[in-house]
Amino acid sequence: MSVQALIDYTLHLGDNALVLGHRNSEWTGHGPILEQDIALSNIALDLIGQARNWYEYAARLINGGGGKEVTEDVLAYLRDSRDFRNCLLAEQTNGDWGKTVLRQFYFSAYQFYFYGALEHSRDKELAAIAEKSLKEVTYHLRWSSEWVIRLGDGTEESASRMQRAMDELWTYTGELFVPADYERKLSPAGIGVDLAAIRPLWEQRVREVLKAARLESGEGVWMQTGGKQGKHTEHLGYLLAEMQFLQRAYPGCEW
Amino acid sequence: MTANNTISNVISGDKGSWPLWEIFIRSRQGLDHKHVGSLHAADAAMAIENARDVYTRRMEGISIWVVESKFIHASNPDDAASFYDPANDKVYRHPTFYDLPDELKHM
Repeated sequence: MSVQALIDYTLHLGDNALVLGHRNSEWTGHGPILEQDIALSNIALDLIGQARNWYEYAARLINGGGGKEVTEDVLAYLRDSRDFRNCLLAEQTNGDWGKTVLRQFYFSAYQFYFYGALEHSRDKELAAIAEKSLKEVTYHLRWSSEWVIRLGDGTEESASRMQRAMDELWTYTGELFVPADYERKLSPAGIGVDLAAIRPLWEQRVREVLKAARLESGEGVWMQTGGKQGKHTEHLGYLLAEMQFLQRAYPGCEW
Repeated sequence: MTANNTISNVISGDKGSWPLWEIFIRSRQGLDHKHVGSLHAADAAMAIENARDVYTRRMEGISIWVVESKFIHASNPDDAASFYDPANDKVYRHPTFYDLPDELKHM
């Protein structure tokens, strides 16, 4: 196992959490009702908190290898989209409330089984962060599952909006389980998660919730990949432009 | 089909029609649930989750009760004089006329 693989792996986890957390934070002040505005903002903060933990660990690994000193802020604010290794699902735009909760559901279900496996990692740091994050994700999964069911099995309009969200997002779910090179290196060593092992668990959970929501899953659709290797959809660039603006325009700015 | 109606309300942006719920939080084991406020939710399950997000974000609680506001019956403020004033001069109802043994604490 190389340290570089571990760094890439940790950045990948941080980027997933940061990008989806930022997407959710775009709802702050715009939620359909105050209580749900707070609920989604809480989830955004949980994810950004997870990202901080991953970046902090990645920065320690990078600094341990010598070279230019980095901090968690440098990793979040001063890397370009090509350097981000988040899954494409995380960066997809919010759309309506239905698309946002479906994106959260797919991703939380993935994080739930992923962290559940990663907390047994032989790398104690990865295991500790996974264990702490799993409690948060358990709630995210519950919250988003209930919304998917509520809207899917709701009115004609809510069901049609959920079906449209499914059509838009399903193609980005396959990538969650296609291991990048750094994942392939860490999995046999008992450090990273074996994605093939958690895939059936995710599929089972998604099937159950979609069935309860009376929604059709888009099986057989061609799956998009590339995010884990830094090849992103057009949306990530816009997200980073907004998120990184302050540090790019005023380097080192604090408030 | 109340659930469906409330979903329509979300979509149409008609925020006023989700029922109001009163929220009670128990802050520690052994203490009572205390009324902390109210919020809107489509049903009891959502009310509990909303209460979790709105009222327990800063470690305020370990247990939540929710009651739909319409089920709370309150005394009438106009009755205050006849309800509460007569207790004013009944000092003998307070258990302060006994000599307590020293071993008894917190009375």
